[in-house]
Amino acid sequence: MKPSQKEWISRLVDGLLPVFATLAALLVGAVMLLFLRVNPLQAYAALWEGAFGSSNALAETLVKATPLLLVALGICISFRGDVINIGGEGQMIVGALLAAWLGLTFTDWPGWVMIPAAMLAGFIGGAVWGGIPGFLKAYFNVNEILSTVMMNAIAVQLMNFLLRGPMIDPSQAELASKIPQTARLVEAFRLARLAPTRLHLGALIAVILAVLVYILLWRTTLGYRIRAVGQNPHASRYAGINVKRHIVMALLLSGAFAGLAGAVQVFGVNYRMITDGSASGFTGSAGFNGIVAALFGQLHPIWSIPASVLFGALLVGANSMQRAMQVPSALITALNGLVVVFVVSSEIWRQRRQRRRLASAPETESSPGSGAASPESAEEAV
Amino acid sequence: MDFIIIFQAGVATGTVLLFATIGELLTERSGVLNLGVEGMMLIGAMTGFSVTVATGNPWLGLLAAMLFAGLVSQIHALITITLHADQVVSGLALTFLGTGISLVLGEGLSKAGTVALLPSFSVPLLSQIPILGPVFFTRQSILVYIGYFLVPVTWYFINRTRPGLHLRAVGEYPAAADALGINVHGMRYLYVFIGGMLAGLAGATISLAVAPGWFSELTTAGQGWIAVGLVIFAQWDPVRAAVGSYAFGALRRLILDIQGPTVLFGFANPFYYNPYWGFFLQMLPYAFTVIVLVIGSREAIRKRLGSPAALGNTYIRGERGL
Repeated sequence: MKPSQKEWISRLVDGLLPVFATLAALLVGAVMLLFLRVNPLQAYAALWEGAFGSSNALAETLVKATPLLLVALGICISFRGDVINIGGEGQMIVGALLAAWLGLTFTDWPGWVMIPAAMLAGFIGGAVWGGIPGFLKAYFNVNEILSTVMMNAIAVQLMNFLLRGPMIDPSQAELASKIPQTARLVEAFRLARLAPTRLHLGALIAVILAVLVYILLWRTTLGYRIRAVGQNPHASRYAGINVKRHIVMALLLSGAFAGLAGAVQVFGVNYRMITDGSASGFTGSAGFNGIVAALFGQLHPIWSIPASVLFGALLVGANSMQRAMQVPSALITALNGLVVVFVVSSEIWRQRRQRRRLASAPETESSPGSGAASPESAEEAV
Repeated sequence: MDFIIIFQAGVATGTVLLFATIGELLTERSGVLNLGVEGMMLIGAMTGFSVTVATGNPWLGLLAAMLFAGLVSQIHALITITLHADQVVSGLALTFLGTGISLVLGEGLSKAGTVALLPSFSVPLLSQIPILGPVFFTRQSILVYIGYFLVPVTWYFINRTRPGLHLRAVGEYPAAADALGINVHGMRYLYVFIGGMLAGLAGATISLAVAPGWFSELTTAGQGWIAVGLVIFAQWDPVRAAVGSYAFGALRRLILDIQGPTVLFGFANPFYYNPYWGFFLQMLPYAFTVIVLVIGSREAIRKRLGSPAALGNTYIRGERGL
């Protein structure tokens, strides 16, 4: 059935809601900037310039967006399975630690062997760190939101221990300063640069994986089951799906992508691990901001790509804003929160319109592709 | 290592968790899950400290902390109660928002130096009781004593008063409560506000009494999340919440003290000779939270206890279900 003109408009509005949410957040941010006695227009100009002003700036934005996208892909999987993974930070750290250990131990491997192996190590490290809360949720009924947060804190201390103890750069171990960092990876192991900037192969890997995650979620049995369990665990159980196993799988896969993000960060950007004692010192809070990006992309892997670029731009731009206007870059943390606030608040209007559409023409609802796949349209697909 | 000192300090640091846990407990009893405790605590810690720096009066700081955190919590109330949005996502957003706002407004506050703190004192007579006296009633902050009152008052309020009955009704079966003429939405707004104020009080307890100062995110160091976990362990009971909070406080102090002495229980102290092992001690509060959650969740299944039945659900008048 051909959708009416009115329906097209309402779909367009649905699609643009995140844009409105961002604008609203920037508006509130402007009020905060005024409160800090900073001209918001100048500040936002500095932000834009820092994020997109030159090819280097654009590359930095994409470098920042890469871990966000990888984490967001994992979040798409877990949130679709109704499992809330707040443990991206810890999973990134553990994935990075395992990958870094591999890269620093087997220095004689050829690069084409090491790089896939290291990515796999990151994947596995994150999967273990995500799988533990998944197991505890499935079999011990432990709230995964809390256990993943706790696993973050545990991972930070593990990193601090390893980088000061067993994994410390041997040359640092002899110095009095003892900077808690590993040795540098050999040149052959570093992810190739895509342009004469810091942009590296990881960005491409992330985009390819976004397509693969889309296929996983909507074209495979595993993805179908994870979504089914997320929509209605009881119905899924009666349909013969092993609910517990798919809860574990959702968190395990989610953690794996975050772990991969950590490995990419080590092999593509820093070439070593270094800690300032906090999680964000290594991750740049990508484990949290990836959640924001995924929610902004309506938990759809493909829509998560532009969402990650947007938040990457905000993060990079915030740094140049800080330099130019002396605005604390933590303002972006608040802005991220505001964006989510406005995105979830606008849900009610979308739901209301959807209900009205359902009431007026129930048969048109079965047609696929009603904008980005929201949880509601996922329900139809299931 | 002196266990009296560990427990004494444990009660003091545990008071932070106590306020946050009781606040979240009341919010959850009304059927609203607010995961933004960490953000509201940071708001409270920052506001309390900066207002005290500006005015020199820690009581004003405390009041401002509670009001500002309560105000921020109303964003969550508006989104989840009136706009029917997902409570988990909104709570996360509140954490980001609270963290961001407090870091921006708290910029430079870490160099503010020392300020007037809330008074500490010993209670005459009670402090003479062996063991209990030094642990609970000697040189504690006034906030610690307020905490002692808060626990029984909250228990009595929830279990023995009419407004407490209404609170439970709203959290267990809002449709029935609505039919009885209880203002479900109004009650939920109120208890989200109370939860926010207590989270703000918890934050100010850190910055004005327990560990004075502003150390950005490290001020709370994840205690807001531990509080949310303790609510589950406490099974929504204020007395169990108090036991859990003080135990966690003592654990935090024990971790600090265990690294000091050269000899521990007659053996060479491994944490003294291998300082890097201390990082494993730092993991303990978080690992313990996970263990506590396992215990709490198992017990809940065994005793057929559960969370408030309507926890996490939006109440929309006239819709089927809760």
